[in-house]
Amino acid sequence: MNIKSQKDFFSGLMFMAVGIAFAWGASGYTIGNGARMGPGYFPLVLGVLLAVLGAVITFKALVVETVDGDKIGSFAWKPLVFIIAANLVFGAALGGLPSIGLPPMGLIVGIFALTFIASNAGEEFNFKEVTILAIILAILSYAAFILLLKLQFPVWPTFIKS
Amino acid sequence: MELFDNLALGFGVAFTLQNLMYAFVGCLLGTLIGVLPGIGPLATIAMLLPATYALPPVAALIMLAGIYYGAQYGGSTTAILVNLPGESSSVVTVIDGYQMARNGRAGPALAAAGMGSFFAGCVGTLILAAFAAPLTELAFKFGPAEYFSLMILGLIGAVVLASGSLIKAVAMIVLGLLLGMVGTDVNSGVARFSFDVAELTDGIGFIVIAMGVFGYGEIISNLSKHESEREVFTATVSGLMPTKEDFKNMIPAVLRGTALGSLLGILPGGGAVMAAFAAYTLEKKTKLRPGEVPFGKGNIRGVAAPEAANNAGAQTSFIPLLTLGIPPNAVMALMVGAMTIHNIQPGPQVMTSNPELFWGLIASMWIGNLMLVILNLPLIGIWIKLLSVPYRWLFPSIVLFCAIGVYSTNNTTFDIWMVGIFGFIGYIFIKLGAEPAPLLLGFILGPMMEEYLRRALLLSRGDWTVFVTRPLSASLLAASAVLLAIVLMPSVKAKREEAFVED
Repeated sequence: MNIKSQKDFFSGLMFMAVGIAFAWGASGYTIGNGARMGPGYFPLVLGVLLAVLGAVITFKALVVETVDGDKIGSFAWKPLVFIIAANLVFGAALGGLPSIGLPPMGLIVGIFALTFIASNAGEEFNFKEVTILAIILAILSYAAFILLLKLQFPVWPTFIKS
Repeated sequence: MELFDNLALGFGVAFTLQNLMYAFVGCLLGTLIGVLPGIGPLATIAMLLPATYALPPVAALIMLAGIYYGAQYGGSTTAILVNLPGESSSVVTVIDGYQMARNGRAGPALAAAGMGSFFAGCVGTLILAAFAAPLTELAFKFGPAEYFSLMILGLIGAVVLASGSLIKAVAMIVLGLLLGMVGTDVNSGVARFSFDVAELTDGIGFIVIAMGVFGYGEIISNLSKHESEREVFTATVSGLMPTKEDFKNMIPAVLRGTALGSLLGILPGGGAVMAAFAAYTLEKKTKLRPGEVPFGKGNIRGVAAPEAANNAGAQTSFIPLLTLGIPPNAVMALMVGAMTIHNIQPGPQVMTSNPELFWGLIASMWIGNLMLVILNLPLIGIWIKLLSVPYRWLFPSIVLFCAIGVYSTNNTTFDIWMVGIFGFIGYIFIKLGAEPAPLLLGFILGPMMEEYLRRALLLSRGDWTVFVTRPLSASLLAASAVLLAIVLMPSVKAKREEAFVED
């Protein structure tokens, strides 16, 4: 049997897996009955429904002909990894990671880290340009979020402040 | 007249210097972010929401409404100048708008979009004000069974009118509903699906989902396209004013667009996107005047009508939200989230318990529309400059604003880890051709639906027929069934697919 629509086939599988996972999780809570619903009732029904929908989508993807096979295409790993990583490093810099003993480094360090990492996701990486961009973003963010909106952020690394 | 008393109260609230400022800042920021290609109103609102946390509730909502209009207007600017819809409701504006720009008539196209939107906005605001009171009366007759049925209708409406595969959209809604289940169950106090993570017992933040799926997902997908696929129209825009001939063509188109948009906006699931599509289809059906440019070649009606319709729809889609407390589309779902952050539970009680907020918001919608025209026509030059900024400078900035926005919501880094996960999931959705907007709507409605279902069945002692024996509830369910049946009819199905593929 050929997969007629790759996108639908895999999204159907995804829905099935997630639906089953939720239904299985829900079965661990009290289900109850219609008049007295337990915490597991609604998620169980929805999980089963999602799994059924997923099965239908997968089935259709095997049967219904499409023009070009609805290929998923290659994953853009580079932007995916760098954008998500930039975000995570920013979080670690801002709040610190006690589990590995990283102290909070504050907003400014976070902005530089984020800009440098995120810029790798693009097609070209020009060190000078990225540095200038990071400086501009740091100044603007400081002015907008700290001075103007007065958000409570650690701005500088804790060891400098103390 | 009560209507005018109410509006007077509203304008009294909105016309303070402070609130005017917030409306202005909201419109400005909204346009600024909305102009960026690939960032629609959803991502814009999600990104800018944290900026409103520190404000008093009325000011915050006024600013958010401003952001919403700004983002929508910014989207049309991008559509006309870059041939890239900034958001789904300006997909049809691209068709004729970009052609006009290529013919050197970007100015009149932008002006037509602006004026059409403003007129539609005025009408939409009046309709909203007029219908709010009677609908609120109706809302008080609603019991839990009615609310549940109404949400079913809303969700079905949302998928029926959405683009793409119907069953996938339904699956995305159910997935959203399930994600809404994460966290402490209000009735039993059981922390569901929290995996013993303390932060998850409060549920997943909607900001995290919105920002991850819409913000990061879109950025990653944009970056994976080659730079040359993005054609930016940077020639100077001269002569903003449409000609007399343009006005003659435009005015009836704007009127038709407004009427259609107002109507579709009220319907659950309708809102701006469907309104724009329907208006464009209607214009294409009406006869061309002699000497008029054909559609698809830069006809001004093809810009004015959908723009008027999407603005009218954007306006009237506030009606179900403000009177019934039920968001009709994903943007309004985001507004629910915003309101709850400010401790306002959207619903019929807002109007009676908080009339300043209610009418002030309505009045500020009109002010927001006025500001858009004042702001955008002279500032067009700046937006064009912004569009010519290389994407490699823009996207790190966008990533930064998203990250700061997420962190500032709860001041915890946990949200940043979560947004990373949802960014990845969002990209998977894009790759799999699963539209994420229904997911967000489901996510917001999930806990509400469960609660109303529980209450309805508790009152009926577990008797499921309560949904069809109560007349209001039965008619709402019947409406959903009809809606679903219409879409599944083979002839309509083919038409629907055609309408969304067409460009």
